[in-house]
Amino acid sequence: MAVRVLIAEDDPHIVESLSFVLGREGFEVSAALDGEDALRRLQTELPDVVILDVMLPGRDGFEVLKALKADPALRALPVIVLTAKGQAHDRRMAEQMGATGFMTKPFSNTDVVDAVRRAVRA
Amino acid sequence: MLPTELILPIAIAYVALLFVVAFVGDQRARAGRLGWLKSPVVYTLSISIYCTSWTFYGAVGYAARSGLEFATIYLGPTLVFVGWWWLLRKLIRIGHAQGVSSIADMISSRYGKSTTLAALVTLVAVVGAAPYIALQLRAVTVSYQVITSAGPENPSGLPGAHPDFHAALWIAAGMALFTILFGTRNVDAKERHHGVVAAIALEAIVKLVALLAVGVLVVFGLSDGVAHSFSRASPQLLQSADVFGARWVTTLLLSAVAVVCLPREFQVTVVENVDERHLRTASWLFPLYLLLITLFVLPIAITGLSLLPSGSSPDMFVLTLPMWAGQNAVALLAFLGGFSSATSMVIVACIALSTMISNHLVMPLAMRFKWVPLYADGEVRRFLLNARRIGICVMLALGFVYFRLSSSDALAAMGLVSFAGVAQFAPSLFGGLYWRNANVGGAIAGLSAGTALWAYALFLPSFGPDVVLSAATLRDGPLGLALLRPQALFGLSGLDPLVHALFWSLSVNVLLFVVVSLLRRPRPIDRLQGTLFVDVFRAPAEATSGLLRRTASVQDLDALAQRILGVGEAQRFFARAAREQGLERGLPIADDPFISQLERKLAGSVGAATARALISEVVTVETISLDELMKIADETRRMAEHSRQLEEKSRELEATAAQLRDANARLTRLDQEKDDFLSQVSHEVRTPMTSIRSFSQILLDSRDLDGARTQRFVRIIHDESVRLTRLLDSTLDLGLLERGEANWPRTRIDPEIALEGSIRICEGLGGGRVALASEARAVGAAVEANEDRLGQVFINLISNAIKYNTSASPRVTVRSAVRDGVYEVLIADNGPGIPPELRDRIFSRFPGGLARSRTAASGSGLGLAISWQIMRHLGGNLELVGGEGPGACFRVTLAAMDSAAPREPRPA
Repeated sequence: MAVRVLIAEDDPHIVESLSFVLGREGFEVSAALDGEDALRRLQTELPDVVILDVMLPGRDGFEVLKALKADPALRALPVIVLTAKGQAHDRRMAEQMGATGFMTKPFSNTDVVDAVRRAVRA
Repeated sequence: MLPTELILPIAIAYVALLFVVAFVGDQRARAGRLGWLKSPVVYTLSISIYCTSWTFYGAVGYAARSGLEFATIYLGPTLVFVGWWWLLRKLIRIGHAQGVSSIADMISSRYGKSTTLAALVTLVAVVGAAPYIALQLRAVTVSYQVITSAGPENPSGLPGAHPDFHAALWIAAGMALFTILFGTRNVDAKERHHGVVAAIALEAIVKLVALLAVGVLVVFGLSDGVAHSFSRASPQLLQSADVFGARWVTTLLLSAVAVVCLPREFQVTVVENVDERHLRTASWLFPLYLLLITLFVLPIAITGLSLLPSGSSPDMFVLTLPMWAGQNAVALLAFLGGFSSATSMVIVACIALSTMISNHLVMPLAMRFKWVPLYADGEVRRFLLNARRIGICVMLALGFVYFRLSSSDALAAMGLVSFAGVAQFAPSLFGGLYWRNANVGGAIAGLSAGTALWAYALFLPSFGPDVVLSAATLRDGPLGLALLRPQALFGLSGLDPLVHALFWSLSVNVLLFVVVSLLRRPRPIDRLQGTLFVDVFRAPAEATSGLLRRTASVQDLDALAQRILGVGEAQRFFARAAREQGLERGLPIADDPFISQLERKLAGSVGAATARALISEVVTVETISLDELMKIADETRRMAEHSRQLEEKSRELEATAAQLRDANARLTRLDQEKDDFLSQVSHEVRTPMTSIRSFSQILLDSRDLDGARTQRFVRIIHDESVRLTRLLDSTLDLGLLERGEANWPRTRIDPEIALEGSIRICEGLGGGRVALASEARAVGAAVEANEDRLGQVFINLISNAIKYNTSASPRVTVRSAVRDGVYEVLIADNGPGIPPELRDRIFSRFPGGLARSRTAASGSGLGLAISWQIMRHLGGNLELVGGEGPGACFRVTLAAMDSAAPREPRPA
């Protein structure tokens, strides 16, 4: 069965490129444009990996991550945190909150694919 | 008896084996594969060069002559390693921190890197080592004579009364060659001789095994077990009256001091130490080694005395007993063991001493008299290596001369003369580690006086009457002055000569060391080095170097380093230093820490004193004496007092200070805002960059994309680049506005024309989806403004209202009116509105949320901020008002001009 990836990202072009790149590698991709949407989707369709942008409108990425880690059903779900800030602060915070991976924008497509593969294996 | 034809090849083959071990060790060390070379066991075995032929042959002789006293020679080191390891640890820590290359270097480093002191220590060490090397030459020569001539039929050992000096000369020459090959392959004395240490560790095992083999043969082959072998002992041997007497205490003290102060022991324990923690292993393993190697000394001595004919040399029992028993294999092993113990001592002692000679005697003279061109590449290295090679030859020559002249035929007696000589280092070495006020004057005074007394009372008399001192002088004193009799100074007679000499030399040494130290004021460098040594566990080396401020041209330093270290090593060192300073390439900055680092590095090659002299040739030194520091501190304290009084007097000052604090806080806040802004810009730039990078990578990677896809991706890249450009333009624009550089011309205009134009431009934006309604409008209004800029504000507001409108039936309305002399435009939409938490900062840069695009290639997040700035510059206002309904409503206001009395345009 194909590996399912949920992308929580508010920039539609980035969603589009990620969907294309991951889809080409055989992943099944769906997208949420804000934090609420992401959490709603997680309740109904359980993906194998979440790519989570930090600067989401409404509830931001860290809030989503927190909610996710607080939910016993979702706690084990691998999360790759995506940020355009790239500051050490964000990375530390993501690590402390239990993120599986951390990527800075602009990213390399192959890095994203590798990170998703690693997250699925782990 | 074993034939020379057998012994000689075996000895040469053994030397070859040692050389191979040393070579392999060096190769491994060079390749960075230290492995067993840095094992604490190898370290401990190398320390066991304490056990020379004195131990191997001499201990038995010592026991046969003086009974249990021989044990003190091993009890002293045991006490030091078991009980005083903290002292050794301090020495090792300082050795590592200061790049110490020898004991002379250590002592001179402690006392302000004094060249004089280093030379003095070297001289004493050289003279003091001569008897010790003579002892080894004697042991090897005699053992060679014994094994090639003695046998069951001639067990007394010696064919004649005299050792064969001809053979001894050859042996000395061979050892010199051997040591030169071993020890002077590299100039950096601080660089460990891994190969030599490996060879010495092997020799340590050989001598231990050999002595144990002889012991087992004696106890279980020649006697019937331990009890039987001891039953042959004469009562005098075991119950010598002198046990625990003055001589006992003296030899115990001497051996304890010697295990640290002997140049070769210092070399292996401190200089060759790779890891301070190895001391932990050595502190029990070395005493254990001493115990094992002396285990059979008494049985061998007892058995030799009772079985061998009287007149046999007890120093050779280890060799003659197996031969007497016809055990040639054991005898051969014993010969190799003795050979091992002699060669290892000679090699390490000569390496240590030749380093001291070259660094502390030759180099300072060479620098003073310009014997060596300091400014020619490689010359200094070649010069140093040659000086060391000659130093090795000199040491062996001195040893040979002493051997030739000395009257003593007991190995232990010769060794003790050396011990007493190096014991003169003890007050300045140990005192310097713990007594902060010890200084160079005290060290020189104590050491010179102590050494002079040692030479007069012990060293010179040890040659025997009529060799150096005449029999008359020895008996009655020089010129018949009884007070100055060498072995009964100042009327102190009746003592053992060793005890007597040590008593006078060490007492005077310590006394002068303390008194002169107390009398002399230390220079800053004395204080600095003193602190570095005494507080080595407290302060890192760099921390205190602030007392000396030095500057130099880095090119000069580089040239100097290349001359001493060689080009490759110098380049590596400079590159590493540059990297540590965080420089990408080029030479490091010649700051004080770097100069100190380089000086320590050079000290590894030429010793601390010479390194300091070399560095000082290219360095400008600015010494801040402690007095000056105190003055500065004093001054500061007075200033503080003064300012306190001023503050008390004047409340205004405090008020000013408060204002300054406020201003500072404001500045800090502004700074913080600027940082936040930059971080935001970075974030806003990264978002379009992400799309651009990702899509271009897709296009680059996949050749099989269909035309429509390719078209779309290229379009996205284009749009995002436009967004990026807009963002940068807006940032610049806003920057200009905020700095007040808004000098566009203001004229009297009809604002409705600008509004109408903006509405027309925005009509196409919603794609026909959004209804743009123009309701009640002002007629005939006039304002003083810039039409383009006013239009920019309107376009921004209307296009936002359209773009962010997510309502099912989106609608934007524009109204305008003139009310109470104010021209007012209201732009309202029925979109999601502005969240309450954003209302306060909606006009600041990147308010977040709103600017965050919900549609691609949307606003930069700066539009409202720019609009607000423009309105402010036009003298009007832009605000968010509570619209009717759920959406947002923005109001633009400008002072309206009297439309009836138009005025002439005027510049802003």
